[in-house]
Amino acid sequence: MSSLSDLVAGLALVAVVTGTIEGTGHHGMSSRAAPSIPRVLAVCADPNNMPFSNDKLEGFENKLAQLVAADMGLTVHYTWLPQRRGFVRNTLRAHRCDVIMGVPSGFELARPTDPYYRSTYVFVTRKSRHLNLHSFDDPRLRRLKIGVHVIGDDYANVPPAAALAQRHIIRNVVGYSIYGDYSQPDPPARLIDAVARGDVDVAVVWGPLAGYFARRAAVPLDVQPVSPQVDVPFLPFVFDISMAVRRGDDSLRVRLETVLERRQHEIRQLLEQYGVPLLPLKAES
Amino acid sequence: MAPAGKDWTLPGGDYAMSRFSSLDEITTGNVGRLKVTSTFSTGVLHGHEGNPLVVNNMMYVVTPYPNILYDIDLTKPGGAVKWVYQPNPSDKSVGIACCDVVNRGATYANGRIYFNTLDAHTVAVDANSGKEIWKVAVGNIDIGETVTMAPIVVHNKVIVGNSGAELGVRGWIKALDAGNGKELWRAYSTGPDRDVLIGPAFKPFYQDQRGTDLGTKTWSGEQWKLGGGTVWGWISYDPQLNLIYYGTANPGVWNPDMRPGDNKWSLTIFARDPDNGDARWAYQMTPHDAWDYDGVNENILADIQVDGRERKVLVHPDRNGFVYTLDRETGEVITAGKFVFTNWADSINRKTGRPAENPAFRTKAGVVTRGICPSATGGKDEPPSAFSPQTGWFYIPNTNDCMDYQGTEANYIAGTPYVGASVKMYAGPGGHRGGFNAWDAATGKAVWHIDENFPVWSGVLATAGGVVFYGTMDGWFKAVAAKDGHELWKFKVGSGIVGNPITYTGPDGKQYVAVYSGIGGWMGAVAFPDVSTDDPYTALGVAGAIPDIKQASAMGGTLYVFAL
Repeated sequence: MSSLSDLVAGLALVAVVTGTIEGTGHHGMSSRAAPSIPRVLAVCADPNNMPFSNDKLEGFENKLAQLVAADMGLTVHYTWLPQRRGFVRNTLRAHRCDVIMGVPSGFELARPTDPYYRSTYVFVTRKSRHLNLHSFDDPRLRRLKIGVHVIGDDYANVPPAAALAQRHIIRNVVGYSIYGDYSQPDPPARLIDAVARGDVDVAVVWGPLAGYFARRAAVPLDVQPVSPQVDVPFLPFVFDISMAVRRGDDSLRVRLETVLERRQHEIRQLLEQYGVPLLPLKAES
Repeated sequence: MAPAGKDWTLPGGDYAMSRFSSLDEITTGNVGRLKVTSTFSTGVLHGHEGNPLVVNNMMYVVTPYPNILYDIDLTKPGGAVKWVYQPNPSDKSVGIACCDVVNRGATYANGRIYFNTLDAHTVAVDANSGKEIWKVAVGNIDIGETVTMAPIVVHNKVIVGNSGAELGVRGWIKALDAGNGKELWRAYSTGPDRDVLIGPAFKPFYQDQRGTDLGTKTWSGEQWKLGGGTVWGWISYDPQLNLIYYGTANPGVWNPDMRPGDNKWSLTIFARDPDNGDARWAYQMTPHDAWDYDGVNENILADIQVDGRERKVLVHPDRNGFVYTLDRETGEVITAGKFVFTNWADSINRKTGRPAENPAFRTKAGVVTRGICPSATGGKDEPPSAFSPQTGWFYIPNTNDCMDYQGTEANYIAGTPYVGASVKMYAGPGGHRGGFNAWDAATGKAVWHIDENFPVWSGVLATAGGVVFYGTMDGWFKAVAAKDGHELWKFKVGSGIVGNPITYTGPDGKQYVAVYSGIGGWMGAVAFPDVSTDDPYTALGVAGAIPDIKQASAMGGTLYVFAL
């Protein structure tokens, strides 16, 4: 099945470039026959989740969408939805857009592109504490107050929560809902706030979130990658991140991958500007 | 407690949640002649759980989100819409609800219709005019709270509870002033005794339910604050004992290793005083859940003979595969028997109240565990059973599923990668995925059983005509004999049935039977065109159990009414 972007890119030769594509709402399938639609890269994104994206277009995924779309000669069109359970079903699969900007590269609900960055979970502490934590096996983790994100009750959780639990580090662990209070800005950032305020001694947080908010915290914060990178029996803390398209939308995927490859240095610079802790991507095998 | 008769004014027909009607025009002898008399499209797709109400020749229908309330005048030929009330719930709630945008219906009291909206509001609507009398926020959708359950009204108090354990919210039940919606009391399912409303009146039967602040002490650290135990099922009421009964959902958060201990008061049946919310007793069915066996299923109140003695019992068929018969005055387990193939526990110890667990089937992070029965959907989910005082038996819809709990799968929420088990579900022993039981609660054993191809995800209606009605996910509405399960009649409706049949007397004096057709809910969502069955792990693993539902049913939203 061809993607909306492909279709409109083709149609654009004959179509009057005007208006918006509001028609890609709930009934995206029928809107494909709309008579006049601009050349767009249709992106679904969370309107309230820095440093990834927001509806003021301040996130690195917003900038990346702009970079990639410009390279392809397209304009970005956003459909906004909180990135929660059902996000893929209600976005890509509902044909409300053709691309989402970030998923783990092993993601099964959509077709990821080649990865464009690799990051890691990190320990975030106040610099003034000089804790210098690196490892889940550090004995100090048995007494420090540790904050982690928790996902809810879906047979799933963040890897640090599991790593601590399997070391029987439990009583001193405080869960912060990844969903948080969505009426507040960037709800997952409350975990970094908790470190800055001293509510917890250390937070174990996904790198991009930590790197960005640590720079903006009221007190200097230290951000250190966790080790090991993969815990036993198989618990990864390092993830490759890709864009994703609908399964089967290989033409769009290949076009995106071409741009990601060609612009990789600018993309790296962009991620560095946002403080994303970056690890080298695995060389092509 | 009088059963439902001419009208059907409460979610379960009566306060006892018996779903039994004294109407007897339709009998085992004539039900074969049952015909459709009218249909009504609700204009909404998605899972139509719950049931309509009938009061004074008016029928009240609440739809799934956007939770439209229709008043249908039954005195008009074929029924005519008298008024429509639209609460306009926030569309933010749609992205939050875990298991389709369902609503389990309304309740009637004092000339008003009370129901809840997906965006966690409770409303009171004048049953005559359709005018909104009050509408109050009872939860916060910004933290993931939704409300899907059907309220009841006791002593001028509207009793409601929240949903959203999948997002790590903390469960509660509360009472609102039926006059103005003002909150009168609130009891959490986790936390210190003062939050759970446990005080001097609390006298649980079993030793391990006694002690102070078990709602914090049976957790680690502050995990109870995100501890789940939501209250999204049914509420029963015994006017004589003046106690309400309800069950709580599973504990949060995943994984169980993060919350060593029993995790009280998740997966617990509570008896409370409706006037002040004080807990009288509690009984936790599944300590330290590792399977998602929510304890919210119906609690049917009945007086039955056990060992030659009349007992006031509460009968609760649980997700975990056991039907519990409890003494509803004390919380003592009288019998607990398996109603579907169940292997996570061998039995329930009546002396301690605790399950004899089979450790081989306890899930563990990072460990592959195969063949756990029942699956996370449970031996049954919320669709409520019925009790017939004529036979003395309970009629229980079943799901016959097992699951494999395996591997690590990468997922993504709010820009954060995380890992979880992939849960794969499939038919249990016999290969059929559903069934229907008549249950003797005194002996804790099934009397008869019907195999069904798909999980039975409809509620049940039992009548004084000796007939029991239920529906299937592939859209067969069936009447069977209460005595032996013999099939008497069936009719294929437009979309699978996940709602609950009711019966009432029409303005013409005839007995009618009504049921929603409209597949959806957790398992039923697999029928939706945007839910893929390419991946058996879709929809929390249920897609693997019933991929063929797409050939058997499509979405719909229609009320069907039948009569002789």
